Amino acid sequence: MSKVRVLVGTKKGAFVLASDGKRKRWKVSGPHFAGWEIYHLKGSPADPNRIYVSQSSGWFGQVIQRSDDGGRTWDAPGGGVTMSPEGMPKGESNKFVYDASPETGKPLTTHQFYDGTQRPWEFKRVWHLEPSLADPDTVYAGVEDAAIFRSTDGGQTWQELPGLRGHESGPKWQPGAGGMCLHTILLDPGTPGRMFIAISAAGAFRTDDGGGTWRPVNRGLKSPYALPDPDAQVGHCVHRIAMHRSRPHVLFMQKHWDVMRSDDAGESWQEVSGNLPTDFGFPIEVHAHEPETIYVVPIKSDSEHFPPEGKLRVYRSRTGGHEWEALTKGLPQRDCYVNVLRDAMAVDSLDSCGIYFGTTGGQVYASADSGDTWASIVRDLPAVLSVEVQTLP
Amino acid sequence: MIRVVLPAHLKTLAHVDREVKLDVPGRATQRSVLDVLEASYPMLRGTIRDHATGQRRPFVRFFACSEDLSHELPDAPLPDAVATGAEPLLVVGAMAGG
Repeated sequence: MSKVRVLVGTKKGAFVLASDGKRKRWKVSGPHFAGWEIYHLKGSPADPNRIYVSQSSGWFGQVIQRSDDGGRTWDAPGGGVTMSPEGMPKGESNKFVYDASPETGKPLTTHQFYDGTQRPWEFKRVWHLEPSLADPDTVYAGVEDAAIFRSTDGGQTWQELPGLRGHESGPKWQPGAGGMCLHTILLDPGTPGRMFIAISAAGAFRTDDGGGTWRPVNRGLKSPYALPDPDAQVGHCVHRIAMHRSRPHVLFMQKHWDVMRSDDAGESWQEVSGNLPTDFGFPIEVHAHEPETIYVVPIKSDSEHFPPEGKLRVYRSRTGGHEWEALTKGLPQRDCYVNVLRDAMAVDSLDSCGIYFGTTGGQVYASADSGDTWASIVRDLPAVLSVEVQTLP
Repeated sequence: MIRVVLPAHLKTLAHVDREVKLDVPGRATQRSVLDVLEASYPMLRGTIRDHATGQRRPFVRFFACSEDLSHELPDAPLPDAVATGAEPLLVVGAMAGG
């Protein structure tokens, strides 16, 4: 029987939740890396026992951890006493340095700060790790200040793909309330070399050459309060993008305000917020087997980060947007004032698709029936930052 | 022999459960001790000193002999009691945040 493994990153450590295909009884392990902020952990599609973790702290900075046994043991890749040819120990797995070299990089350019002045890029943390679809040793990292890095040696060393940060629009990128983060990386399974990324607050970008060159794909996004120019190519606060792997040219986006879709690989976007009670929110996900079934969690507003009316409701559209239904069975429908962050929702690929999300109140909820009914797996974790799911044979 | 006490977060990361003992050639300074510490425990690189600048991270502090040494120059000699191993060098996460 198939199994699922839910990987949960929190403000004070990581947790691994495991169950069989029925998804009724759960075994909880953790906290792993107790006391550290775990922004994200994700397993390799090519080798599910390979899991990458972004571990960080305001005191001690960024660390990358890796498991090769499905989360039982962890180590900082390259952090052991491995000797280089020069005889010095390596320790490069934590090293994210913007590529400003004249040979391969871009100068350390500037971006717009909150006060309108220009600031140089400064590395803060890894928000998102996206393992390659085919190679367990290749993994991408989206970081703050916004840039994308790649490791091809299992996380031991990291190199920036500097074409993104060096895009001519860089001086117009600006931090959102959470910092200037690159939080979304989507690898296109149908078109080699194509990737999508999203940055708050710059917008969505696409590469068709494996990360060498990038261009903004934000036509149709409207941000009237932040960007008076209705045709602004960058500056949009994109919160999350999702795709179904069978139709990678169809993208769904939860923007700061507005839920959007693109049917042409980001060339143009149309609003599909429809009858949502509010179109502000963070995560968006696609059903594993129904490419037109999507999920969001509406949040009251950008100043009130909790569900409207104190009712925690996931909204599902079976029509790719416009028409939405509230999913409430098993979720708190009074006095609930948690948030669900952008990386904190995921789906499994069992026959009856499972949906999972975590809250800033420390609950992880699961539905084994595409969202019709919900139950909590755990209720009292630290604030949940990210949720990923692995479906295992 | 120099003794270094790490904060709990870094003990976990370095897989040590007690103070660290280091052979530091030459004069004992913050820089020479941290160089040897990072060579012995490479996973600590970047956690005490920034990777790019080599500067002490803002919320990391150094104490020894009841003195705050955080703002001493990296090449200033450490107190004799630290250099002889009578007292440890404490690496501390500053009281900040949650």
